Amino acid sequence: MKAFTVLRGIAAPLFKDNIDTDQICPKQHLTRLVRTGFDRALFSDRRFDAEGAERADFILNQEPWRKAVILLAGENFGCGSSREHAVWALVEFGVQCVIAPSFGDIFLQNSVNSGLLAVSLPFADVRKLASDALGAPGMEWTVDLPNQTIVTATGATLAFDIDPSRRARLIDGLDEIGLTLLHQSEIDAFEASQRNAAPWLWHPSHLN
Amino acid sequence: MNTYSSPQTLFEKIWNAHVVTQKGDEYLLYVDKHILHEGSTPLAFSGLRASGRRLLRPHTMIGVIDHTIPTRMRHLPPVDPQARAMMEAFHRDTSEYGVSIFDENDPRQGIVHVVGPEQGYSLPGTLIVCGDSHTSTNGAFGAYAFGIGTSEVEHVFATRTLWRKKPRNMLIRVTGEMPEGTSAKDLALLVINKVGIAGGTGYVIEFAGATVSGLTMEGRMTLCNMAIEAGARAGLIAPDETTFEFLRGRPLAPKEVEWDAAAKSWRALHTDDGARYDHIVDIDVSSLRPMVTWGTTPQDSVSIDGCVPDPSAEQDIARRASMQRALDYMGLRPGMPVSDIELDYVFIGSCTNGRLEDLRAAANVVRGRRISSGVTAIVVPGSGLVKSAAEAEGLDTLFLEAGFEWRSPGCSMCLAMNDDVLAPGQRCASTSNRNFEGRQGRDARTHLVSPATAAAAALTGRLAYPDPEQVE
Repeated sequence: MKAFTVLRGIAAPLFKDNIDTDQICPKQHLTRLVRTGFDRALFSDRRFDAEGAERADFILNQEPWRKAVILLAGENFGCGSSREHAVWALVEFGVQCVIAPSFGDIFLQNSVNSGLLAVSLPFADVRKLASDALGAPGMEWTVDLPNQTIVTATGATLAFDIDPSRRARLIDGLDEIGLTLLHQSEIDAFEASQRNAAPWLWHPSHLN
Repeated sequence: MNTYSSPQTLFEKIWNAHVVTQKGDEYLLYVDKHILHEGSTPLAFSGLRASGRRLLRPHTMIGVIDHTIPTRMRHLPPVDPQARAMMEAFHRDTSEYGVSIFDENDPRQGIVHVVGPEQGYSLPGTLIVCGDSHTSTNGAFGAYAFGIGTSEVEHVFATRTLWRKKPRNMLIRVTGEMPEGTSAKDLALLVINKVGIAGGTGYVIEFAGATVSGLTMEGRMTLCNMAIEAGARAGLIAPDETTFEFLRGRPLAPKEVEWDAAAKSWRALHTDDGARYDHIVDIDVSSLRPMVTWGTTPQDSVSIDGCVPDPSAEQDIARRASMQRALDYMGLRPGMPVSDIELDYVFIGSCTNGRLEDLRAAANVVRGRRISSGVTAIVVPGSGLVKSAAEAEGLDTLFLEAGFEWRSPGCSMCLAMNDDVLAPGQRCASTSNRNFEGRQGRDARTHLVSPATAAAAALTGRLAYPDPEQVE
């Protein structure tokens, strides 16, 4: 996973509540058997018409927003389905940071695992940022994860809180499975104890 | 925490029993049960293969094909080449790694959250995961069950564990007698309406109270299934005699002396007197009426006697805008009675409402009547066993004679990942769980309802109260 430190680029406002993962990555893209090629999947039902042509009224089809690396969204971003494809679609399109008042639980977990920074800020702050983004289109923002700050195009600086373990994982970009396997002896001990206490959880679940 | 003296909630008991180790406020939890389906696992298998890691304990997993499978002409492979490739990948991966599956030709195949309970795989006190957000369904057995993304599926493959912060714990206490014509689905929609679609975010919800104890296992599964629609990754219900009766004798449930030992441990799975919750919600269902959704989130609901709300009456500006957007998408007028909403399609099925009890409830409304001429109505049983049990009772004939289509099991039109897709603008009364924009097809309009209400809708061609005597 790519390490996340300082991100510079354009912020696009999509300030709507409850943008669910069905909207972010519609189901017709879930049958892909490789983890790439999701850039056109992002918001595809709204970005493209039935023939696949871009819809001019969608913000991510407009200059300069089509080059956005930051998305400003409403409450409960990423609610619904557990599809991690929603995160991949954002990242492949170029969006590496979503700023919203709140996020769906599963999306938040998936975002860390696929290197996307999800920043929660109070509703009023996100609304202000969204109007700043509209007011100075095409200007570069900076999201600095190590220092936990957002600097907008107008130079306004906002600090944000983030869970320390999520921050560390994004900055290090480490393989979590490898880290977990360092706890193998504790896992072994747990298994030995459970096998003794609840042997029925250890029988093969053969379906024949 | 002193676990000997402090009273614990049901959730805390299950949580504490699964902690392998702790790092700050992150806990490494042991995963007992991992159910696979073809929709979310091929990419996790590719990751595992690429890293050269082993799949741990494959013999204790089960898998099904449900998300992409066609519900018609099952003797033929799916027409969509990508769906076909996905099914083939699932066959290849599970066979290579030694996971036992119910494939498309198995009479026990079905929706992952229907099959797990049906086979006795989902057990009280266990930690269950699956790459699907409706894994919360399994919480009906007093399990901690939640959906995970692809990276975490791979993490469980390779480590049999997951890192978690301890969620907060919410109690939803339900009292009052369920009125005639209502079901667990109506209760679930009421809960989401009260809590809000993000109200449960960060929580595990325990459902309790006399009304919940009075629900069948099917009803409890419907309720826990929709915990995620209130934002909570997991919902759960303390196991009791109803749970044990359901599980006893199921193919993968413990047998003989192990059953006795298991049942003894399961009886301790209840919230202790004096245990504390972070939040408590009380709901009285005495005046519950069948619920229908009018908008594009599961919290946008009213009773069948109600009207589409008027955004201009809403004080909150953001809420007003999102209501207006939802009404535009749904093509509805503020103030119109929901019973005036005319339908093109009715879908009865899904992990929310695709079990035998659901099909019976719909059949009771339909019995001897015909569906409205303008409506296409399909019944998609949740599993092959549900289908054959329903056929043994003659429900297939009853539905077919009424004009319904009787399909083969799968997720079908709940997420429209197979060929059961609504056309743009089509309006559907659906027993599934999400009325999101585009969920059942691009620009398609979904109204979430119970099986009985869906049946009444099919008969009348509009959203209607499901009284068998009153349906015209």
